[in-house]
Amino acid sequence: MTECELLNRISEVQFVCVELNLYLDTHPSDEAARSDYLSYSRLLAELINEYEAEYGPLQGFGHSPTDKGCWIHSRWPWERN
Amino acid sequence: MWIYQKKLEFPVNITMPDLRIAKALMAQYGGPDSELSAGVRYLTQRFSMPDDRLRATLNDIGTEEIAHWEMIGTMILQTVENASLSELEAAGLSGYYTLHGRAVYPADPNGVPFTASYIQSTGDPIADIFEDLAAEQKARAAYEHIMNQTECEQYLAPLRFLREREVVHFQRFSECYNILKELYPEGRQNKLR
Repeated sequence: MTECELLNRISEVQFVCVELNLYLDTHPSDEAARSDYLSYSRLLAELINEYEAEYGPLQGFGHSPTDKGCWIHSRWPWERN
Repeated sequence: MWIYQKKLEFPVNITMPDLRIAKALMAQYGGPDSELSAGVRYLTQRFSMPDDRLRATLNDIGTEEIAHWEMIGTMILQTVENASLSELEAAGLSGYYTLHGRAVYPADPNGVPFTASYIQSTGDPIADIFEDLAAEQKARAAYEHIMNQTECEQYLAPLRFLREREVVHFQRFSECYNILKELYPEGRQNKLR
């Protein structure tokens, strides 16, 4: 996957996680949703690791252990491609 | 604690700028029912909210609103950053330009700056959740009013996403209200002296 494709894939999976997270906030005992949340969370972590190993950190404050790229020089989200 | 992630929740890439829409989008950046209002409102109300489910909902929706605020700021910036003075003037943005240049600033389309008086935090969970339900509906209506002013997919795609989030958040807050009705069947959520 290109950087853009990988970032879009991360956004898709992250959106599933956001939706399930909000749903679970008011339905904490829904076992099917909990199971989906766990598997999508694992997939999201894998995709973010894959991105960061190739293109550099997505997150600050020590949450992106990678020696690739540079936090300050990578594109800010409001900058065009 | 918050951790910043260097990406938008939903992609924004405005290459066909429409300054009228930038002006309309300011409703959602610094207006009364803006994403900023929503984020500050929920992240503030959560401190006094009873029940784990309600605290989590306010915390997590409040966090998502800040990501939406960033999307709106990005749409405004990408629309105004290369605009000429005459284009800004034609869109009714001369006053905005005088004060803020081509920067992004939390004011509504009429230039009224953001204020904390747009939000409440009463300590009464039912009063606060009702405000949140109303806020989601008002923001949805505002998104529809903005969408009615453009046919450009570069604006409509992120706006459709943001409008849909208002609907989902309203659904979650409705569940919060039902939880409160179970917690306080006699309506005594606010301690009377």
